[in-house]
Amino acid sequence: MLYEQELKTFVDGTTNFFEVAAQQPATIGSPYLMEGSPSVHEYTGVINISGKREGVVYFTAPKAMLTVLLMKMQENDFSHETMRDLVGEVANTISGNARRDFGRDFVISVPSVLSGEKPALAQKPGQRSFIIPINWRSHSAKLVVSLA
Amino acid sequence: MSQNNGTAMDGKRSFKLLIVDDSNIMRRRIERSQQFEALEVVGTAGNGIEALEMFRKTDPDVVTMDLTMPRMDGIECIGKLVEMKPAVRILVISALADKATAVEAMEKGANGFLNKPFTDRQLNEAIAELMR
Repeated sequence: MLYEQELKTFVDGTTNFFEVAAQQPATIGSPYLMEGSPSVHEYTGVINISGKREGVVYFTAPKAMLTVLLMKMQENDFSHETMRDLVGEVANTISGNARRDFGRDFVISVPSVLSGEKPALAQKPGQRSFIIPINWRSHSAKLVVSLA
Repeated sequence: MSQNNGTAMDGKRSFKLLIVDDSNIMRRRIERSQQFEALEVVGTAGNGIEALEMFRKTDPDVVTMDLTMPRMDGIECIGKLVEMKPAVRILVISALADKATAVEAMEKGANGFLNKPFTDRQLNEAIAELMR
């Protein structure tokens, strides 16, 4: 069972990045639940969680959104490596927020980055993932929280 | 523009800055956003090992230090930098927002802590505090 406060920590970590780094807040779409492995966009930043809870949390975003985000951050390099760097930084912020709020009960990995592939989800039967749409300007990304 | 003897052209003290972060975006962001004429960026590094090499080469007065990095993390690197030059001023810039991490960094010798993400204003206030 995922508690609302836990979910809020991950969501706040994500929206805080847009609000501070790009000076333009993101909005949250209606969260939904699904079984199995949710689809991903071109770039995904992943953190693995163990301890009190087990699972993964990831932020997945399309290249178009990341390009505009980089522009807002006054960045001039829009290479593949810079896109990976950026989703890694978003995941890093989510991880930092979680460490602050959850303390040492949660063991949170250093973020990893995927380009196009889906993160491995070790879900138990019947376990579902929360998907939270992250809307920013005309673009939409997803925050996926899959914890048991 | 500053001179190498630590004195700026207008006679005020100048400082050499080393930026350490495994993110290219963050290194460029810090370099671009810092607004101090008396601060000259003398190098950047992507991990603790590179930071030690660059530190020996450039002898900076001020270092911005990420914590989560490959090869050698920021906490270990801070300890080594302070051993080499006790007077160095170190600003930790990290997404790790928990108190325990901040305390650990300070105990190793860091002088300030700024959470990522940050605004230009927050960065410049933190650097100004460090150079006081």
